[in-house]
Amino acid sequence: MTVTFYVPRDSGALALGAGKVAKTLQSEIDARNLDARIVRNGSRGLYWLEPMVEVETPNGRVAYGPVKASDVAVLLDNGMGEGRVHPLWLGLTGQLPFLARQTRLTFARCGITDPVSLDDYRAHDGLKGLENALKLTPAEIVAEVTESGLRGRGGAGFPTGIKWKTVLDTAGEQKYIVCNADEGDSGTFADRMIMEGDPFVLIEGMAIAGIAVGATRGYVYIRSEYPYAVEVMNGALDVARNAGVLGKSVLGSSYAFDMEVRVGAGAYVCGEETALLESLEGRRGIVRAKPPLPAHKGLFGKPTVINNVISLASVPVILDKGATFYKDFGMGRSRGTITLQIAGNVKHGGLFETAFGLTLGEIVDDIGGGTASGRPVKAVQVGGPLGAYFPRELFDTPFDYEAFAAKDGLIGHAGLVVFDDTVDMLKQARFAMEFCAIESCGKCTPCRIGSTRGVEVVDRLAANVEPEKQIEILTDLCNTMKFGSLCALGGFTPYPVMSALTHFPEDFRPAPVAHAAE
Amino acid sequence: MQGASTDIATRAIGIIDQLKGGEGPLLPILHELQEEFGYVPHETLPLIAQALNISRAEVHGVFTFYHDYRDHPAGRHVLKLCRAEACQSMGADALADRARELLGIDWHGTTPDGAVTLEPVYCLGLCACSPSAMLDGEVIGRLDAEKLEEIAAEVRL
Repeated sequence: MTVTFYVPRDSGALALGAGKVAKTLQSEIDARNLDARIVRNGSRGLYWLEPMVEVETPNGRVAYGPVKASDVAVLLDNGMGEGRVHPLWLGLTGQLPFLARQTRLTFARCGITDPVSLDDYRAHDGLKGLENALKLTPAEIVAEVTESGLRGRGGAGFPTGIKWKTVLDTAGEQKYIVCNADEGDSGTFADRMIMEGDPFVLIEGMAIAGIAVGATRGYVYIRSEYPYAVEVMNGALDVARNAGVLGKSVLGSSYAFDMEVRVGAGAYVCGEETALLESLEGRRGIVRAKPPLPAHKGLFGKPTVINNVISLASVPVILDKGATFYKDFGMGRSRGTITLQIAGNVKHGGLFETAFGLTLGEIVDDIGGGTASGRPVKAVQVGGPLGAYFPRELFDTPFDYEAFAAKDGLIGHAGLVVFDDTVDMLKQARFAMEFCAIESCGKCTPCRIGSTRGVEVVDRLAANVEPEKQIEILTDLCNTMKFGSLCALGGFTPYPVMSALTHFPEDFRPAPVAHAAE
Repeated sequence: MQGASTDIATRAIGIIDQLKGGEGPLLPILHELQEEFGYVPHETLPLIAQALNISRAEVHGVFTFYHDYRDHPAGRHVLKLCRAEACQSMGADALADRARELLGIDWHGTTPDGAVTLEPVYCLGLCACSPSAMLDGEVIGRLDAEKLEEIAAEVRL
């Protein structure tokens, strides 16, 4: 019987040498004349174990990791083909605690299937959501998504169903579905992983969205920093088109839907939805004033659904298993699952999909295992460069949109960046302002000028020039940016700055110079 | 010189004609020109303006807005180092200092021998295996000083 090995082709795994591992494994297979094949799957999301090689056995898939190219021959000598024990042997993949504790709905197939095999996708419940959607009226699809409680996973947390309903109810001869795959927030990689590991789920989600609101064209706007995601998505689109999942007749129905990938050009602000639409139209990524909402006047002035990758990729499971099934996960007004991305200075970094409601402490200490450096955790930035820094004292905050807002933070795209006690929070506050200055689109003054002034104020603070006065100015400036900026770039930059200042005041008030020996 | 310039124009017009029919074609055209020439030659901007029936100022505005587009060729290799928070938490700042020292250039600079251009990047989505970098489009995770020195030596060969 042919042995099946899995070597991820996810960028994270490639960055750690998975390409060489796959190449070496193939040449060993050839040299030993083994009856074996290699599937280049997505990542399971356990990055401290990447490159993680798996082998199919009668009992299930067995994992080895982290595997170096130089380990391959030894592993084969020791019976990797039969899943035998070796120091790099991890046991059955499904039983690895990091995976066993998860609730994988959106990421159900990621790392399991061959990303560009539609047969594999179908064999693992793929396209069931779309098939169900085709039996419903557009209004019923929208009602199902609304009922599921799904909220925008890009960061704003706006109810997806309401957005869709607005587009459905808006007349227009051409409507669009735009997927925001401009995942620029540091600490986030869920969009990248799903596009590289299970691109069909995004295609399926977009097709369902198109049918639901009456849109026939879609765009996935992927940042240029993700060349592998672009490649995989394009490959999957070809397959989907040839198989009739996309095109003039979606799965043989009367609905038409097709989509294409567009690549960004290195502007963080294009992750803001209206700037993204401008960029798609071929202009500078300048934020638009709202209203009009994109749902009324979006891409090329036409009614447009613009959703994050994870929001759209969560739609197929909702249409497959039903709104109630999805809604039963979570807490409060945060329903379903959230794809946590645990990153930075952390022992067990990776993707952890779970129902809302775990506390920050559970995520960082239990699941993440504390810092990679072994030093104490000092701060966790949640929600990307525009998210707040949380100190250990707030580790009891449950992961939920409202609970984080109540602590002057945001869950954003659910990325968590862990810092150990060597971090200087004044430096982090300065970086937040500096980053805002670099990436500001320049349309509104609080963001454009405020960020530059912010860097200067923090620099004066660092130089200990009238510190109390600088803190007052910085606080006032943050207030202006928060309430006066047009979009979240200027509006949310105060979150990292003010949280650093509030929770770590010692880093902002240099210790008084010690007096000469008394 | 005349010949080289005409050649650029001919190749550029070919690309522009091929892409101008799509919806919002300006970014795809700029990407393709950069792919073809390694940068976006200045003389191609008026050609784009004409083909898309927009002003040269508008093309210039878009071209200069996005960090990705270059107005001159990069070095033979391009090394991008991530400077964002997840990488900072794992020592990216010190690595960036080391890189600038090893190569003797600052951000956006190219070594005098034309071997390598150093660029900052804000997140490669490799935040669970930081610090990260990208060398000529290939991703690198868990970068350390030793690996960086190897890269610096390699790109100069």
